Order: sequence, then C-alpha cells, then structure tokens
Amino acid sequence: MNRRLILLLPLLLFAGLLIFMAGNLGKPQEAVVRSHMVGKPVADFALEGVAGAPGLAASDLASGKPVLVNIFASWCLPCAVEAPQLQALKDKGATLHGIAVRDTPEKVAAFLARHGNPFQRIGNDDGGRMLIAFGASGVPETYVVDGEGIIRHQHLGEIRPEHVPELLAELEKAR
Amino acid sequence: MIPEIGHFALWLAAAAALLQAVAPTVGLWRNDAGLQRLAVPAAVAQGLFTALAFAALTWAFVVSDFSVKLVAANSHSMKPDMYRFTGVWANHEGSLLLWVLVMALAGLAIAFTPATLGSRFRDRVLSVQGLVALGFFAFLLLASNPFERLSPAPTEGQGLNPLLQDPGLAFHPPLLYAGYVGLSVAFAFAVGGMLENRVGPAWARATRPWVLGAWALLTLGIALGSYWAYYELGWGGWWFWDPVENAALMPWLAATALLHSLVVVMKRDALRAWTLLLAVAAFSLSMMGTFIVRSGLLTSVHAFAVDPARGLFLVVLMALYIGGALTIYALAAGRVAEGRQFHLVSRESVLVANNLLISAILGVVFLGTLYPMALEAATGTQISVGPPYFNRTTLPLLLAMTALMAVGPFLGWKRSGTGHLAARLLPAGAAAAVFVLVAAWPFGVRGVGWLLGFGAAAWLGAASLSMLLRKGVTLAIAGMALAHLGVAISILGATASGALQREALVALRVGDAVELGPWRAELLDVRPVAGPNWTAIEAQLEVKREGHRGAVLKPQSRMFVAPAQETTESGRAGWRTGELYAVLGKPDGSGRWQVHLWVKPMVRLIWWGGLLMAFGGLLALGGKLRAFAPHKWRRQLARPAQGAA
Repeated sequence: MNRRLILLLPLLLFAGLLIFMAGNLGKPQEAVVRSHMVGKPVADFALEGVAGAPGLAASDLASGKPVLVNIFASWCLPCAVEAPQLQALKDKGATLHGIAVRDTPEKVAAFLARHGNPFQRIGNDDGGRMLIAFGASGVPETYVVDGEGIIRHQHLGEIRPEHVPELLAELEKAR
Repeated sequence: MIPEIGHFALWLAAAAALLQAVAPTVGLWRNDAGLQRLAVPAAVAQGLFTALAFAALTWAFVVSDFSVKLVAANSHSMKPDMYRFTGVWANHEGSLLLWVLVMALAGLAIAFTPATLGSRFRDRVLSVQGLVALGFFAFLLLASNPFERLSPAPTEGQGLNPLLQDPGLAFHPPLLYAGYVGLSVAFAFAVGGMLENRVGPAWARATRPWVLGAWALLTLGIALGSYWAYYELGWGGWWFWDPVENAALMPWLAATALLHSLVVVMKRDALRAWTLLLAVAAFSLSMMGTFIVRSGLLTSVHAFAVDPARGLFLVVLMALYIGGALTIYALAAGRVAEGRQFHLVSRESVLVANNLLISAILGVVFLGTLYPMALEAATGTQISVGPPYFNRTTLPLLLAMTALMAVGPFLGWKRSGTGHLAARLLPAGAAAAVFVLVAAWPFGVRGVGWLLGFGAAAWLGAASLSMLLRKGVTLAIAGMALAHLGVAISILGATASGALQREALVALRVGDAVELGPWRAELLDVRPVAGPNWTAIEAQLEVKREGHRGAVLKPQSRMFVAPAQETTESGRAGWRTGELYAVLGKPDGSGRWQVHLWVKPMVRLIWWGGLLMAFGGLLALGGKLRAFAPHKWRRQLARPAQGAA
C-alpha cells in the first residue's frame, strides 16, 4: 500500500467512527433486555426429567391453566436465594415447572435436596437451548405461561419476597 | 456574589486560553516575537483565573449555597464536610471544571519547566494546549455552566449519590483527570513536533517525562477506581469490563505503548511516525472516554446524567481536535523519515513486539466496547459483550507480553547477542517453575490458565528483581524494574485471588455458622446502626481459621437519607495479603439473613502492584527531573548512586 494512504488511514477510520457515534446520540437506552417471546407461544420442546421429577415438554405448558416456568441452575447463586420464594408461590397454589440449564443431573439433585424442590416437572436442558427458546438473558428467570402455552410475563433475576404477590397477580391475569 | 466572581473568572480564563491559542500561532507565522512571547503570560493568566473559578465553586459547595443550581442538585447540608468538598467534582459540570483546572495547571507547568527544545517550540506547544483548553472552556460556559443560579433558592439540596460518598471517590477522578490531561501535553508535543518538524530523539526526551507522569497518575487512578468498585459495589469483583472502566483502560494502554515507543525514538531514532500516532491516540482515547461516559452512548453501571446536546458538543470538539491532529499527521508524518532499521534480536525489536501486543489488547478492548453499539445500529439486535470475551482475548496477549517483558531489558540496543540471556533468565525460569509446581501441588490449582498466570507472575517478578540487583542501577532503570515488578505482583494477586477464592452464599440465623474450607463463619448479631446521613442494618460475622485469631466482619445494608437510596457496604478484614469479604443481603422473612462470603487470597496484591507500577513511573520521572536540577544539586544527588554502584 501507498505510504501516504497508510498515514491517511487513522483519519479515515476516526471520521467513520465519529459519524457513527454522532448518529447514535440521543437514542434511548434500554438497560434491561426484555424477551421478545412474551406474547408468543412457547416453541415446541421435550426435555427429559431430572432428580426423580418427570420431564417437561411444550405440551405440559398448554394444560388449560397458567403455570410458572422457572429457569435455574445449581451453579447459580441467586437461584438458591429465590428458593424460599418459589416455595411460597407453591404454597399459595401456583404450579411451578423447572428447567435446569447447563447442569448435570447429580448437581441438580443435590441443589434441590439442599434448597427444596417446589417443581412439579423439571426439564434437563444441558445445552441451554431453552434460554434461547424463552428469550432469557440469564438465570434465574421466571415466566408466566398461560393455559394455551403462550408466554405472558417474564420475571428477570431472582424472586425476592416482594415479588411473590406480583407473580401471583400475573398468574391470575393469565387465567 | 462569590459564584458570580467564579463565573466571571471562568470567562476571563477562557479569554486567556483564546489568547494563548491565537497569539503564538500568529506570532510564529508572522515571525512576530512580541506576539509569540504572549504564550507564557497567557498560560499564567489562564491558570490563575481557572484556579479562582474552581475555588469559587468549592466555596459554594462547602458553605452549601443552594442558590447555585449545581450545589442544590448535588449536595445536602447534612452531608459530611469531606463529601461536600469532593462533591465539587462528583457531577458533570464540576468534573469538567476540574478538567480545565488540571489542564490550566499543566499549561503553567509547561510554561515554567525549562524549554529544552527552545522557546519557539514551547510557545507552539502552549498554543496547541490553549486551543484544546478553549474547546473545554466553551463546553463549560455554553453547555454546562457550573455557576447557574436558582431563584428562589431551595432550603435544602438533593444530596449526592451515596455510592460516591466515599474516600475512594475523593481521589479517583482527580487522578484520572490529571492523567488524561498529562496526555494532552503529549498530544500538544506531538502536534507541535509535527508542525515544527522537530520529531527526533530530543523531542522524545522532552515528551517522555509528561507521558511518564500522566501514566503514573492514570495507573493510580485506575487502581483506586478498581479498589473502590471492589469494596463499594459489593459484587466481590475488582474489574468488570464495564464500558466506563474500558474508557479509562484504553488511554492507559495507549500511554503504556507510547512510553515504550518513545524510548525507541530516544535511543535509536526509529518508530517516529508510530510514536506520533500513539501520542495522538492516547489523548484522543481520553477524550473519547470522557465522551462515552458523559453522552450516555453506552450502557454502563456508571449512571451519569445523559444529555444528547452535551454529547453533540463533545462530538464537535473531538472532530476538531482529533480530526485536526490526524489531518496534520496524514500531511506531516510523511516528512518524518522513519529513522534507522534494526536487527531482529535487539532491545528495540522487543519493544516493538511489546507495542504490537499492547496495541492488540487496545484494539480488542476497543472492539468489545463499541461492538454492541455498532451491532445495534446495524441490525437492531441488542447484545452485551462481557468478561468471557475480554478475558479470552486479552489474557493470552497479556501472557505473551509478560514473557517478553522479562527478556527485553536484558537485551542490548542495536544488535544483541543471546549468549548471556540463558544465565540472566535462569532465576526467572526457576521461579516460574517453582510457582507453577507449588500452585499445582500443595494448593491443588488445576486449569492451565491459572497455572500460566502463576508462572508468568513469577517469571516477570524474578526477572525484574534481578534487574534491580544488578550493578549500576540508575533511577530510570530502577523505576522500570519496579514498574515491571508491579505488573508481576498484580498478575499474582489477580491469579491467586481467582484460582484460590472460596465463596459461599448462605442464609443464616443469628448464632448459625457456616464452614468455608478451613474457615468457619458465625453470625454473631444483626443490629441497627446510624451514621451522619444514613441508618443501616449491620451484621457481625466472626470468621475464624483453626489455630488463628478470628476477625469480625461488619457488612452493612445502608439507607441514606438524601437522596433516599440503599447501598451495600461490604464488611472486610485482611488475611495476610488477602481478604475476607462479606456482603449482607435481605432477610428472608423467617429470621434468616442472606450473607455472601468470600475468602480472597492475595487479592490486595492487585492494588499494591498498581501502586508499585505508579511508584516506578514516578521514580523514573525523578531521574528525568534531575536533568533540570542545578549542577550543585545534581552532584549531591549523584553521590549516593555512585556509592551504590
């Protein structure tokens, strides 16, 4: 390449960058990435059970009544934190299904033995594909799926005590 | 009245900056020595008036003058005195005022240090410096006036973000700004060097002390920021690859590369065009970092007030300064002959390799920081680029760099033999082998990455130490060896605290205990406590190791009064060079408290290493400043060095 051109290159690159940055000014920021799947039916899937629980398939979610689907993992600390709240939701009559992502059956079993098992069905998703199917940006996340298998609500992050009534209300709304 | 004086002083300072920019430029062009000589008095006036403006704003904060809008929005009468003072720069307008203050003081320093390249060059540099300052004065006065009044004045202010009410914050921004602005001097030297066609060994010798000082201050600022994030945010980490952190890291990387390439220009008169580009890039990245932080262009944990109009102003400033400098570069760098070629095995070729590696790290960080924004603009897809990307890409480069850093200083300039290398590097090789074995066997570290980290730290550390112990150590060599040793110590801290860390997240009742390896933690008590402008729930957590005295950690969950906001204050205690670190979470409703507990061996070494790097830089700078000292002093200073040799 011509030497003159090489010396011009930094200026050209900078000009491109500057135009690009100026064009992006003032765009609203979204700090939280919401799932695009809210309002859409759950993609078809069938997962094997884990820790003695029956497996989970898309058909289990279209059972006529709204359910909570909790995406969790034994390696995820906030998942341990929200365990009492999941139990509280179950005690108040909610149906919970779990999806264990990127995990091994032994570790999931040990996790549930330690923190309690509020789930009716648990799907073992060792590849983590369900994160994409639900549009999750991490674990834990909890979804309200209505009786027809349509995702109605996404809860990002751990469920704290103050979130329990919120989720119960979302379940009621999806009825 | 006093805020008006400050406002007026700011306008006068801007006028002085205008004079400083224009008079020498016209003087040099028209060969008018009278006009050219105005540069120094203009720099003095700019320095004095800016200091006056800064003092006026400080006064408004200290006496809580809530008729000043900025004070009302960012301060509170209940705030402790110290944070009323640091609150001056804990906001957009005040921090910009600090920026121009540091810049004006740098101008003063240029005016009063001996002009080793002649007064013509000094005046040229001052005019560039004045031009850059002028833009920031315009930004302050037209788009972010810190002295704006409120009428009627509120009786109470809105308070300062509690996360910022911390001693760490008192010094983090001023140090970073001093570093950025120090790089603006290197920028001015580069532009001046191109305009005056003076780029060469003498130019490099004159530029390097500024870069050294700026680099040392940036190192301190970044280390302090990392330490602040570590203990204040309560996430247990010390570096998060957040865009704002990267914004400070990138100028530091460019400055590091610049420091090393300047040596090549000094000693061998090679790499001129590349060095000029780095000098321009270092300050450009500082400006861009400030822009990224201030404009809200990127999503970050650092929530600053977002204002697109201000962002546009900064874009225009960057277009003028960076665009201008790169245009001069495209036109003038061709005149700068590339200097001499060099042999493959030589000090300079290792420095070139080091420059390439640092630039590669810089490029990788740059891409990772801007890629999410680019992707969203191009396809509308939102992604975030996080630690997995940065760690996987930068760490191998860093390892390669560490390997070379130990070798380079043992090589000669021009063309080096390699026969002596094996003997010189034997201690380093032995130390690396011992560290890897000790980590792998008694400590049970697995994972090639961790083991390489231990090895690299020992390799570089031993090589740097043996450099210090050699005969005829000058201040410059000692500074370099200490800075390299600092890098090794930081790597050791980062590796050990990562590889040997233990972590537990538990829900405890008062009286409950949890085992964490050889450690046992017991929750003694949870009780309310109060401070000047906050109340808190404080846990007392006794952590013990068998056969040792225990430490009581006191993590808090704080509720600040104004603004009403909760923060977590980590509870920490030292353990040798490591730390026990606890964060108190929420109660679970049945009398149990969430406690997040870490044992982080050697974690403090990360920041000690940073301090040592900065100290090494300052020591080498001391060696340079000696050149300015009168002869009598110089002889006195030289004597102990002879004694050591």
